[in-house]
Amino acid sequence: MRIGVVTFPGSLDDSSALRAIRLAGGEAVPLFHASDDLKEVQAVVLPGGFSYGDYLRCGAISRFAPIMSSIIVAAEHGFPVLGICNGFQILTESHLLPGALIRNQDLHFICKDQPLTVENVNTPWTSGYTKGERIVVPIKNGEGSFQASAQTLSELEDEGRVVLRYADVNPNGSQNNIAGITNARGNVVGVMPHPEQAIESLTGPSEDGLTFFTSILHSLVGR
Amino acid sequence: MATIIVEVMLKPEILDPQGQAVAAALPRLGFNFAQSVRQGKRFEIVVAGEPTHAQLAEVEQAAEKLLSNPVIETYVVKVEK
Amino acid sequence: MALDTVSIAQNTPGNPQPWRELGLKEDEYQSIREILGRRPTSSELAMYSVMWSEHCSYKSSKIHLKQFGEKAVKSNALLVGIGENAGVVDIGQGYAVTFKIESHNHPSFVEPYQGAATGVGGIVRDILTMGARPIAVMDPLRFGPADAPDTRRVLPGIVAGVGGYGNCLGLPNIGGEVVFDETYAGNPLVNALCVGVMKHSDIKLATAHGTGNLVVLFGAKTGGDGIGGVSVLASETFASGKAAKRPAVQVGDPFAEKVLIECSLEIFAEDLVVGIQDLGGAGLSCATSELASGGSGGMDIQLEKVPLRDPSLSPEEILMSESQERMCAIIEPSKLARFMQICKKWDVTATVIGEVTAGDRLNITWNGELIVDVPPRTVAHDGPVYNRPMARPAYLDQLTPVNVPLPQTPHEIKEAVLRLVASPNIADKSWVTDQYDRYVRGDSVLSQPEDSGMIRIDEETNLGVAISTDANARWSYLDPYEGVKLALLESCRNIAVGGAKPLAITNCLNFGSPEDPGVMWQFAETVRGLADIALEMGLPVTGGNVSFYNQTGSVAILPTPVIGVLGVIQDVRTRTTMGIPHAGLDIYQLGRTDSNFSGSEWAYLHGQIGDAAPRANVDHEVRLVNLLLEGQPLFESAHDISDGGFAAAITEATLKHNVGATIEFTENVAAELFAQTPGRVIVSVEPGNSAALKELAAKHGIALTRLGQSGGDLLTINGAHIPLDELRRAHTETLPKLFG
Repeated sequence: MRIGVVTFPGSLDDSSALRAIRLAGGEAVPLFHASDDLKEVQAVVLPGGFSYGDYLRCGAISRFAPIMSSIIVAAEHGFPVLGICNGFQILTESHLLPGALIRNQDLHFICKDQPLTVENVNTPWTSGYTKGERIVVPIKNGEGSFQASAQTLSELEDEGRVVLRYADVNPNGSQNNIAGITNARGNVVGVMPHPEQAIESLTGPSEDGLTFFTSILHSLVGR
Repeated sequence: MATIIVEVMLKPEILDPQGQAVAAALPRLGFNFAQSVRQGKRFEIVVAGEPTHAQLAEVEQAAEKLLSNPVIETYVVKVEK
Repeated sequence: MALDTVSIAQNTPGNPQPWRELGLKEDEYQSIREILGRRPTSSELAMYSVMWSEHCSYKSSKIHLKQFGEKAVKSNALLVGIGENAGVVDIGQGYAVTFKIESHNHPSFVEPYQGAATGVGGIVRDILTMGARPIAVMDPLRFGPADAPDTRRVLPGIVAGVGGYGNCLGLPNIGGEVVFDETYAGNPLVNALCVGVMKHSDIKLATAHGTGNLVVLFGAKTGGDGIGGVSVLASETFASGKAAKRPAVQVGDPFAEKVLIECSLEIFAEDLVVGIQDLGGAGLSCATSELASGGSGGMDIQLEKVPLRDPSLSPEEILMSESQERMCAIIEPSKLARFMQICKKWDVTATVIGEVTAGDRLNITWNGELIVDVPPRTVAHDGPVYNRPMARPAYLDQLTPVNVPLPQTPHEIKEAVLRLVASPNIADKSWVTDQYDRYVRGDSVLSQPEDSGMIRIDEETNLGVAISTDANARWSYLDPYEGVKLALLESCRNIAVGGAKPLAITNCLNFGSPEDPGVMWQFAETVRGLADIALEMGLPVTGGNVSFYNQTGSVAILPTPVIGVLGVIQDVRTRTTMGIPHAGLDIYQLGRTDSNFSGSEWAYLHGQIGDAAPRANVDHEVRLVNLLLEGQPLFESAHDISDGGFAAAITEATLKHNVGATIEFTENVAAELFAQTPGRVIVSVEPGNSAALKELAAKHGIALTRLGQSGGDLLTINGAHIPLDELRRAHTETLPKLFG
């Protein structure tokens, strides 16, 4: 099962995403932003980092990369895409997901082990969780506050498209404590927390994040 | 040579923590004139000659597509004399 | 302004030159005239003034620092020693690790965010230039009093700058320090450490060999950043009331550095460079003269080829510019095309600006006119060497013994512990460290608030390295010779509690003005102490940094030698952490406490420093390190006792996993809690392992005392009951209250 991870100039958590895929049992395929070749992967991860230094706006320049033109087309046909942190920002800038991520409310970069609840287990990335499951995964960002119009927010809530929600404490002012969402079709998921850094208890706060990557592999079986 | 200015601001309904931080800091320095503060971006685009209508239309497109995020921001294009 | 060329200089020997404004002394200026046999051109004057500044030339410290070479232990582990950009040590399995710590103090006082950010950028490039992939950073920071207005100006900016740059580079911040003291008011210390890893065969050096090889400048374009920064800022103290030296501060672009790192590593992997140097303090002046000195000495540079961000820069300014994120490589002509291809892939500007020549002069032309013609060694290495006057300072005979309250009753003990753990130096530092990404790259095994930072090097074998940075400026003030030894021993202990074996040393020596004989004496004693103890312990000093002139007016900072130790652990999965993991464990102290409060936090809280630093007991500490390494399988947790004594350490150990403890000291409770006797560790073990622990302690000759048991939601010390909630509140509320 081939899962691609895109490296943009300034991507940082691409190596961790590749490792998470390997640990989950998949074949991790590095993809480069400048090429539109998806190398026959069956799903793609847009990793965390500071692509283009977060200049202009986070993800604003990456969304125009050649690889994104292929991903946008594929996503419109049901291709599974996971955007993590900067990847989530790229997905909102590309309009593959609604809303936007702005500066954390208290203006600081924050790195902490964040409790979350998994609210939508129907996506190929979260099918291995149970609904309502509580997990602990690192967040590490300066621009993680999810904002959307009132209409978008009701759509997301009514259609059950909130995938992850901050539990106990809202670290950044995200509306409705939203930490991750999915599109209407359910194949594109964007999350601010970093499941790829909660895959081994040796280096992370838990192993709760690995299920994102085992889920996609299970979801792809038989495709 | 002329300079085209694009000013980008967050939409009024969007939370602006940076503007709020500035508004909170002003009184601490003894400045009490502000009821509120919002923070935005200003792009200074230098073009050769006088800007044509076509060029300005292109700048508008660029503002819509790249310089601003229409989900949360609005923009204004003007020419600096 | 007309171009000042070599031939014009030859014909106008009497032209007045602004050598004083550029920071040179009269005798130094005359020296330059003697070396060249004529007056220097303005470009040459710029080069010499920057390269001969204290910060670049180490003119006040060189004669002392050579002790590190003279007293160096023979170590097969040392692959590259002092003199290169960073030291390199062999850690086994074909891996080499390079690490170094540097200061960026004065720029951070002027512009906190950019000063700190560019400090991180600079040390990361030093590591990159050795051929290594940077894998982690640490930052020991020191500020004036926590509640001082200027601290509130400086601290948030510095922390944001360290985080802003390091996070964007994708380097986990795995440790450091935050210390407050009156003497750092006006002179914050920003020391930045970086560690990198490579295979032995990847090591790169700063040499320019091979006539006809090309000199290529790559990275960011050159602008007016930091012009004169090095010589103007770091070699002068801040006179109170003088206008701010704002224009000379460099501005960093971490994204540019990130792509530079990826680009450089691909270039190194294909073995495309003969030599490489990063452009840091003194920019092109430094890179060209050092590369040329590292080779046979001959180099031609066509300065007009330097890509500029600001076309109005003069040649002198280009030579002095400290624009960040630039590197200079020496490349065989046959390799140039491939080099350029890789730069293009990463969108990195790269330009041939010169070549290596057969002669021994560095010649720089500007549009064909010769503006620099110097022997490069005289610029880069053979600068002035001072033997500054030293005198044991009078304050050492005016010290008074500590006279502090000694809590006895449960009420007194509880109040004292809460007061100590809430004090800014001991309080929880999450307000700072939560602004740093400690997870990126996915190999961080230990990070703050653990005793050391630990990184997994190899995913298959689980080989890892650990790093700690430590200083005790008060002990150095009381006894600079012992103080630095105590700092090194603490660093080694911090490495060993986690399970790693100390291997090599780096150091950042932060002092006041070298023109003050008392400060110079403190410096000389410190270097002597570090060289002596490094030899005694068989640990090589791989390199480091000296920062002088940390003073405002006549008040120097406490002598602050920051010592960094690197250690190796064969299997990171076996590491030990400092938090007591669960109830039912036996809690022991290794090492005995005496009643010396000199230099302790408890004394500091009462406005005192005392009169006698502890004496470093190397024999005890070496046996303790061996015990810690051998005892790893027995420990459920292990935590070094240092700042704040036992009270601080047990607070940290219980709050980590919210597991209480009941502690009973048989006598001298106050000393047990608050004295900072070195060479002590708190360990917790399963009761079933107590016998083995006792045997181990006896084998290594280390005193072992059972203090109590873990469990419950209280920290109880000799009948003083402190609910963990209350302890946590006291410990964690201080910094957020101060800095928002």
